[in-house]
Amino acid sequence: MAIFQARTRLFRSFSTLSSKPLRVCVVGSGPAGFYTAEKMLKAHQNSEIDIIDRLPVPFGLVRSGVAPDHPETKIVINQFSRVAKHERCSFFGNVTLGSSISLAELRELYHVVVLAYGAESDRSLGIPGENLKGVHSAREFVWWYNGHPDCQNLDPDLKNSNTAVILGQGNVALDVARILLRPTTELATTDIASRALAALEESSIRKVYLVGRRGPAQAACTAKELREVLGIHNLDIHILEADLLLTPADEEELKSSRIQKRVYELLSKAANTRHAHTGLDQRELHFVFFRKPDCFLESECRTGHVSGVHFEKTILKGISPGKQIATGTGQFEDIKCGMVLKSIGYKSVPVDGLPFDHQKGVVPNNKGRVLRDAKGGSTLLEEGLYVCGWLKRGPTGIIATNLYCAEETVFSISEDLEKGVLASSLPLQKPGREGLLKLLYDRNIRIVSFGDWEKIDSEERRLGSLRNKPREKLSTWEELQKAFME
Amino acid sequence: MSNSRLARVGAWMAKELYRGKSTSISRAGYVQRVRNLHLQRPFEQWSSTKFSQGPMIQKHCYLSTMTTNDTAEEGSEPKTISVTFVDKDGEENNIKVPVGMSMLEAAHHNDIELEGACEGSLACSTCHVILMDVEYYNKLEDPTDEENDMLDLAFGLTETSRLGCQVIAKPELDGIRLAIPAATRNFAVDGYVPKPH
Repeated sequence: MAIFQARTRLFRSFSTLSSKPLRVCVVGSGPAGFYTAEKMLKAHQNSEIDIIDRLPVPFGLVRSGVAPDHPETKIVINQFSRVAKHERCSFFGNVTLGSSISLAELRELYHVVVLAYGAESDRSLGIPGENLKGVHSAREFVWWYNGHPDCQNLDPDLKNSNTAVILGQGNVALDVARILLRPTTELATTDIASRALAALEESSIRKVYLVGRRGPAQAACTAKELREVLGIHNLDIHILEADLLLTPADEEELKSSRIQKRVYELLSKAANTRHAHTGLDQRELHFVFFRKPDCFLESECRTGHVSGVHFEKTILKGISPGKQIATGTGQFEDIKCGMVLKSIGYKSVPVDGLPFDHQKGVVPNNKGRVLRDAKGGSTLLEEGLYVCGWLKRGPTGIIATNLYCAEETVFSISEDLEKGVLASSLPLQKPGREGLLKLLYDRNIRIVSFGDWEKIDSEERRLGSLRNKPREKLSTWEELQKAFME
Repeated sequence: MSNSRLARVGAWMAKELYRGKSTSISRAGYVQRVRNLHLQRPFEQWSSTKFSQGPMIQKHCYLSTMTTNDTAEEGSEPKTISVTFVDKDGEENNIKVPVGMSMLEAAHHNDIELEGACEGSLACSTCHVILMDVEYYNKLEDPTDEENDMLDLAFGLTETSRLGCQVIAKPELDGIRLAIPAATRNFAVDGYVPKPH
C-alpha cells in the first residue's frame, strides 16, 4: 500500500511542479504506444506527447494484426482515437525512426523518448529449405490479409495444393488456420483486404495441419481462439487420441494453469466428437503434436517450391513442470503440402544507437528504462530513453498486456523525474514538436496527421459500405497516399 | 522481407509522398498547415481536467439498459442499488447504480477508473473486478464460456473474479463491494504473461 500512496504523492507533485512542458515522443502507434501516451497524459499534466509511426495509418497491430473476423477486439481504437485527439497529444504518421529521423536526433528534441515500435520481423527456424517458395512467415500472411502496405505483393499460392502446414499452435497460428478454413462468405463482410478475399475465394486449400513441438497440455493458444476454430462450419477436426495422454508432469502443469487446463479440455472434447461432414465443401483441420520441423522438402516438378515438411517426432523431457522441452527421438515423418506458414514468433529489430539483446530479441531494460549495456549486469541507464510493449518484453501477450506494460514504463519515468535522473536535460527547453516538424520539413517528409488519418478512415468506411463491409482498407502505399493528399 | 528493404520502401515513400505535395505548397503554406492541425482539435470535448479525472470513455451509454430502467414503474423493488468500488490504492467509492446497468457502465458514469477496452463486447479482460464477498459472488449467474475465456487472461485472477461488463445491477446485489485489481503489482511481481494473441 505504501508504494501506491507514494505513487499518488509522486504524481501530484509533478502535476504542479512546473509549467514548462515535458516533451515526450512515443515511437509506434500500436497498443503499447497509445497506452503509454494515455498514461503519460494522465500522470503528467505538463507533458506534451507526440506519437510517431512509420505507416501513414495508426493503431499498429490492432489494424494489421487482429483478425478481420474479430471486430470487437478492435473497438479499443475508439479509446486510442480519443488519446490522439487530446489537446496535448499529436500523431505523426509516415515518420520512420532510423531513416526519417535518427534515434539520436529524437533524443535531442525530446526530454523523454519511449520506443514502442514492437516486432516487425520474424524468428527463423534455421533449417534447410526455409527459403523455398511457398514458405512464409505467419506475420507476412496476416499483414497480407489485413491490408498492411508492406505485404500486398505476397501473393501466396493457394491454388496449387489442397494442403497447408502451419508451424506453431499459438493464437496467430489459429488465426491463419481460421482464415484459410472459414467459409469466405463469412469473411466477405469483415474488413479483410479485398485482394486477400479474392485469393481465398479461389483457394483450393481444404486441409490444414497445425503442428506443435510439444503436446496438447502445452499448446500456446487461448480458449477463445481455439473454441472459435473448432466451431467452424463444415470442418472436421482431427486429433490423435494417443497425443492426449497426460504424463504426471503434464497433469502438474494443467493444475497450475487455468488457461492451459481449459485449452486441453477443449482439445479432448474435440477429439472425442466424431463429426462426419460429407458436404461438398468439407474441410479438415489436423492438430499434430510432438513434431519438430527438420527441413522443408523441395518439389520435384516445381523447382524451388516447397512440397512438404520433414518432421522429427519428439518427446518431452525436463524435470520441473512448465519447463518440459521437446527433444527429437530420431524418428521422422513427412507431411506433404503446397504452403507452409511459420508461426513461431515475431522478432524485434533494433535501430542505430539502441542497446539490443539479440539473444532475447528485446531492448535490455529495467522496468522500461533502457539499460546502456546489452549484456547483463549493467545498471547504467540511457538517460531519457524508455521502452514499452514487445520491444520491452518480447512478442507475447494480448492487447491488455500493454496496458500494464505502459503503466510500468510510465511509473518508471515518473520515478526518474522525481529522483532527478533526468536532471541534466529537464531544465533545458527542448524543441519537441516544433523541432520535429521543422526537421521533417527540411527533409521533405510529408507527415500524416491524425486529421489526415481521419480522411483515410472515412474513405475506407465509404468504400466498405459499398461492399457491405465495415471498411475497405486502403492497402497499398499509393492508395493511402492518394487518400490523405486529397 | 528484409528490414533494409522495409526501410528503403519507407524512405521512398517519404520522398514520393512529399513530391506530390511539394509542388503545391510553399514553406509558409506548410507552417500554416501545421498550426491548423492544432486548431482542429476538439478542445471543448477533451479539456485536460476531465481527462485527468476519469477513464477516457465518453459518457454515453453503450447499452440501452439505462434508459429502459428510467421508465420502470415504481414498485417494491428498489430502482437503484448501492455499489462500492475499491480502487487500486484501496480508496472506496460508494455509488448508486440503477437496476439493469452493468458495473462497467456504472463505473464510467461515476468517473471510476475501470478500463473497458472493448466497451463491454466481451472481447477483452480489462474491466476485471473482484467481488469482495463470496455471498455476493454466489448471487450471480455462473460466467458463460465466453466470459471465462476472457477471465483466463485477466491479471490477478481470483476465485471471485468477474468482468465488470457482465455484472448487471439487480436488487439482490445491493451493498456489493468490487475491488479493481492492482494490475501493475501483479505484472511486476509474478511476471504473469498471458498467452499470445
